[in-house]
Amino acid sequence: MPVAKEKLLDLYRTMVRIRRFEERVSEEFAAGNIPGSVHVYIGEEAVATGAIAHLRKDDYIMSTHRGHGHLVAKGGKMNLMMAELFAKQTGYCLGKGGSMHIADLDIGMLGAAGIVGSGIPIATGAGLSARIRGTDQVTICFFGDGASNIGRFHEGINMASIWKLPVIFLCENNLWAVSVPTSTSLAIQDIADRGVAYGIPGVVVDGQDVMAVYEAVGEAVTRAKKGEGPTLVEAKTYRYRGHFEGDAGTYRPREEIEKWLARDPINIFREQLTKTQMLTEKQVAEIDKEALEEVAKAVQFAKESPFPKPEETLDNVYA
Amino acid sequence: MAERQIAFREAIAEAIKEEMTRDEKTFAMGEDMAVIGGAFGATKGLLEEFGEERVMDTPISETAIVGFALGAAIAGMRPIVEIMRCDWMTICMDEIVNQTAKMRYFTGGRPQIAVVIRTATEGGIGLGAQHSQSFEAWFTHVPGLKVVMPSTPYDAKGLLKAAIRDHNPVIFMEPQILYGASGPVPAEDYVVPLGKADVKREGKDITIVAWGGITPRVMNAAQTLADEGIDAEVIDPRTLRPLDIETIVASVKKTSKAVIAHEANKTSGFGAEVAAQIQELAFDYLDAPIQRVGAPDVLVPINRNLERIVLPGPERVIEAVKAIL
Repeated sequence: MPVAKEKLLDLYRTMVRIRRFEERVSEEFAAGNIPGSVHVYIGEEAVATGAIAHLRKDDYIMSTHRGHGHLVAKGGKMNLMMAELFAKQTGYCLGKGGSMHIADLDIGMLGAAGIVGSGIPIATGAGLSARIRGTDQVTICFFGDGASNIGRFHEGINMASIWKLPVIFLCENNLWAVSVPTSTSLAIQDIADRGVAYGIPGVVVDGQDVMAVYEAVGEAVTRAKKGEGPTLVEAKTYRYRGHFEGDAGTYRPREEIEKWLARDPINIFREQLTKTQMLTEKQVAEIDKEALEEVAKAVQFAKESPFPKPEETLDNVYA
Repeated sequence: MAERQIAFREAIAEAIKEEMTRDEKTFAMGEDMAVIGGAFGATKGLLEEFGEERVMDTPISETAIVGFALGAAIAGMRPIVEIMRCDWMTICMDEIVNQTAKMRYFTGGRPQIAVVIRTATEGGIGLGAQHSQSFEAWFTHVPGLKVVMPSTPYDAKGLLKAAIRDHNPVIFMEPQILYGASGPVPAEDYVVPLGKADVKREGKDITIVAWGGITPRVMNAAQTLADEGIDAEVIDPRTLRPLDIETIVASVKKTSKAVIAHEANKTSGFGAEVAAQIQELAFDYLDAPIQRVGAPDVLVPINRNLERIVLPGPERVIEAVKAIL
C-alpha cells in the first residue's frame, strides 16, 4: 500500500526516538539512577512503531514489561516516562509504579504488565468496552512469546474471538522468555498458528521490517473495525540486550545475536528510505539530534524532579 | 401497608437492575448468569431487560472474566461480574490481587477501577470441599479491595447498589445458604453505605460480631440466650474492608465482652483481625478473653451430618458466650 512520505518519516523518527530513549535508560540504570528492574526495547522498535502508526489517540494499547517503546509510539511524554523510571514525584505514576506500570489514559495507554500475560484479558476488556459503547476504537494488545504459553492467552483470545471484539493480539516473539528459548517452550514454529484454534487469522510478520509490520497490522485493524473480530499477529523479532538491564544474556549463542544485529530494524528502514530518496543523510542526522535532545531534556527533568514525599505513601489506594 | 418481602436472590437481581437502568456504563457478565439467570437465580430477568450487549454469559474463563472487567473499567466502564463460587476465586487471584486491586495505586491514582465481583460464598447446603468455602479473609488482606458480605435481603440490595456506585473494586460475597431467605426489602431506590456496621440486636451483656450466613443463626442464638436472661448485642459489620470498628468498639465498651462468629475457618479467619483490633482499642474495657467461633481446620465434607459438625451453628455461639459470662 502506498504510504505518504511524511508518514514514513514519522515512522523512522519514532523508531529513532525509542532507540535513543532506551539507550539512555540503559546508561542511567547502570549509573544507579533508576531503581527496580527495567527491560529495554532495543531491537524491537519496528514492531511498536509499525503497529501503533494505525491508531488514533483514542484507540487503546496494552503494553508489557518491555513497554517503553509502545508508550513512545503511542505519544507518551518522555519527560514523564523518564521521571517515573527515576521514581520521581513528577512521573506518570507519581513515582510509585515504575517502568512496568505506566498508563496514560489521555492517549489510550491502558497500562503495562509486571506479570507476563496479564495484559491479554485487560486489553480485551477495553475492546469489549468499545463494543458496548458502540465506538470504532480498536485495541492493540502487545505480549511476548513467553506470554503465549500462559492460560490467559487462551481465555482472552477465545473470548475476544467468540464476541468478535476489535482487538489485535500482537505477539512480539523475541525468541527468549528470560533464559528459555522458544525452541524448548513451544512445540510449533509459529505462535501465529494458534489463531486456528480460535477461528481467527494468524499472521507471521518480519518484526525487523517496520513496513511489513505496518501492513500486517493495517489489515488486522481494518478487520477489527469492520466487526470481523481479532487477529493474531506474530512479529519475529529480537531483543538486543539481556532480559533486564544487568542481565548479560550469556545463555544466548553469539552467532544468533550477531545474525539479528545484522538485521537492525532502524538500519533496515534507513536504507530503504535513503535508497528511494525519501530520507537524506542530513535528515538522518537531524532526526537523531532531535531525539537525543528530547531524551536529554527528559533526563534533566527527571533528575531535577523531587522524590515523592513520605506523606504521599498512602495516597491513591482507594478512589 | 405490610412491607414487601422478597428473597435474597431477588434483592440481588433488583439491585443490579436498578443500577444498570441508572448508569449505562454498567454491564454484567459471568458464567450462566444471562440465559438461565445465574446458578442461584440471582440475575434472573437481566438479559430480558438489558439484552445481550450488556448481560453476557461467558465461557468458563474466570481469569478472563475478571481481566475483562478490569480492562473495561480502565476504559471507563463499570462492570459487574460474577465468579460463580468463592472457591473458584482462587482461579483468578492474580487478576483480583495483582491487577485489579493495584491498578489505581501503581498508575498514579488516575483510573477509577469501578469493578464489582460478585460471588456465592460459604457452605451449608451439602456441596462439599470445593463449593463451600468462604475466603473473605484472603480479600480483606489486600489493600485496594473492598469486601462486602450481607446477611439479609435488605442489606443485600442496599449494599450491592452502593458497591456498584463505588469507584473501587468491590468483592461482593453472597452467602449461598441465604439466597432463598426472604425479608423486607423496599421496592424503591436506597443504598446501604459501605463501611457501616449494623447493630442487628441491641443488648447490654455481651457483644457478638457476626457476618454472612451465620448471622441469622446468631440472631436465633441471641434469642435463646435472652430466654435464659442473657442480653446479647449482635453486630453485623456488613462490610469487612473497610471495617466499621468504631461501632464494634463502642459496643464492647458497653458490654465488656466479645464473641466473634463466622463460618470460615477459624485459623487466620477475619475474626482474628476483629479480635486484634478490639484489644488494641478497648483492652481496658474487656472483662474476659475475646472468643472466636469458626470452622475447625478441616475441609467441608460432603456428608451432611459431618458438614453440620464442621460449620459452626448457634449452639457453638451459645457455648462461646457462656464460656466468658
